[in-house]
Amino acid sequence: MSAMQAGRKASGQEGVDRRVLLLRPHDNCLIACAPIAAGTRLMLDGGAITVAQDVALGHKIARQALRAGDKVLRCDAVIGSVTRDVAPGEHLHLHNLQSDYLPTYTLADGGRFVDGSTSPKDSA
Amino acid sequence: MTDQPAVRLSGYLRKDGRKGIRNLVVVAYLVECAHHVAREITAAFRHQPVHLVGFPGCYPNEYADKVMRQLLTHPNVGAVLLVSLGCESFNKQGLEELVHASGRPVHTLTIQETGGTRATIAQGEEWVRQALEAIADAPRVPMGVEELVIGTVCGGSDGTSGITANPAVGRAFDALIERGATCIFEETGELVGCEPHMQQRAATPELGREIVRCVAKAARYYSVLGHGSFAPGNADGGLTTQEEKSLGAYAKSGASVIQGILKPGDLAPTGGLYLLDVVPDGEVRFGFPNISDNAEIVELISCGAHLTLFTTGRGSVVGSAISPVIKVCANPDTYDKLPDDMDVNAGRILRAQASLDAVGDEIFDLALRVARGEPSKSEGLGHQEFILTYKSFTEKGPACLPTKTPIPLQPA
Repeated sequence: MSAMQAGRKASGQEGVDRRVLLLRPHDNCLIACAPIAAGTRLMLDGGAITVAQDVALGHKIARQALRAGDKVLRCDAVIGSVTRDVAPGEHLHLHNLQSDYLPTYTLADGGRFVDGSTSPKDSA
Repeated sequence: MTDQPAVRLSGYLRKDGRKGIRNLVVVAYLVECAHHVAREITAAFRHQPVHLVGFPGCYPNEYADKVMRQLLTHPNVGAVLLVSLGCESFNKQGLEELVHASGRPVHTLTIQETGGTRATIAQGEEWVRQALEAIADAPRVPMGVEELVIGTVCGGSDGTSGITANPAVGRAFDALIERGATCIFEETGELVGCEPHMQQRAATPELGREIVRCVAKAARYYSVLGHGSFAPGNADGGLTTQEEKSLGAYAKSGASVIQGILKPGDLAPTGGLYLLDVVPDGEVRFGFPNISDNAEIVELISCGAHLTLFTTGRGSVVGSAISPVIKVCANPDTYDKLPDDMDVNAGRILRAQASLDAVGDEIFDLALRVARGEPSKSEGLGHQEFILTYKSFTEKGPACLPTKTPIPLQPA
């Protein structure tokens, strides 16, 4: 598959809430099309999930329960592994997902580069 | 789009057979010490086709020399003024001879021998004035889409880039390649994790192995530097890992066969899709491979790119010297904030207002209009960013360019 084919799915996801994108049928994450508030119920083809934290546009939400070490699939491609157990509806980001290749660095308070996977600021 | 009759363009015919979509006078400073004088010369021609480029370093660099040679003989360039301080090490004589041999008016001003800042600016302005007249009636000849070279780059990516603008550019690339154009994608450091998929798309198994090596080189290079191309803004936009960002960046390449690997300053021998290897060879030297997006755009132009498709989620506003930049905005909220800077609103895909195919068609059509002379947004706003710094490369292996068919130089 190419990422482009995955993009094609963006406008035709059957039975999935329009506020999120399911890029490929086997993906275990969803992409927010708009800011989504904590507590929002999202209808998916297999049932409903509740969004656990406020999620910004373009951010990822766990579509199903994940165990520590599970690979996250986006567009059928592995984008990293979760570092702890994740419940359906949880925000997937620096605090619970890490690269299998290079560490993700982010700018901490004070303009210092830190390894984002260990920054308490990003665990919110 | 593909059922339309053959698209005809017209280009400025250059001595090497290539055709330009612009006809510019380029003023090039050969060391930072000559930058101010060169900038003052171009400032007198603010709304005319006079662009400023240059290399800041005092010490020689083979890569910078090769890129500068390609830039100053780029088909969009009609005449060249070199501005030297006098004691820097850039091979200005070799550069002037090359540009002269390419059939372009060229002149070198050396500040230390011309009487300093004021006199050099005055002489430079006079020369540019004459050069503009001299190239004004450059012959225009029919040009086909198959003679176009188009690059793509992304900057200020966010979670939307990989689901809207990038795959839409991939569609436009596929349509351009179907018509014989040469398309170039790059950012090997941002393709980490995509190499197994790219390997399957390579024209030959040997090229596939070279692609894997090329990405491994980039991954190692960035690891030594301490981190990848991942910037804080990317994480704010929802991207978590390098490979997630890669997947989105990779979508710009479309679905065509990968014909070869280029290094900065190499011209593609055929139409089709090429990967530009922007990460230096050998030990890590000179810091980051590309310090910001314009360094990559300059490298695409050094490979002959007539224009660049630039996808952005968070909202880059840059353009470029020499070749126009078309801005494809991935994020609909960003588009609403920066409509004057964005050429295409690919964020409509996210709001279910347009399909990926429709946006791909729009990019394809706009690329051809810009090739015909319509200014892109950044071009119209006068953006002419330019960066060229130090790098080191070794020669490519034979597997990098399996197809040796020369570029057709005659109009079809």
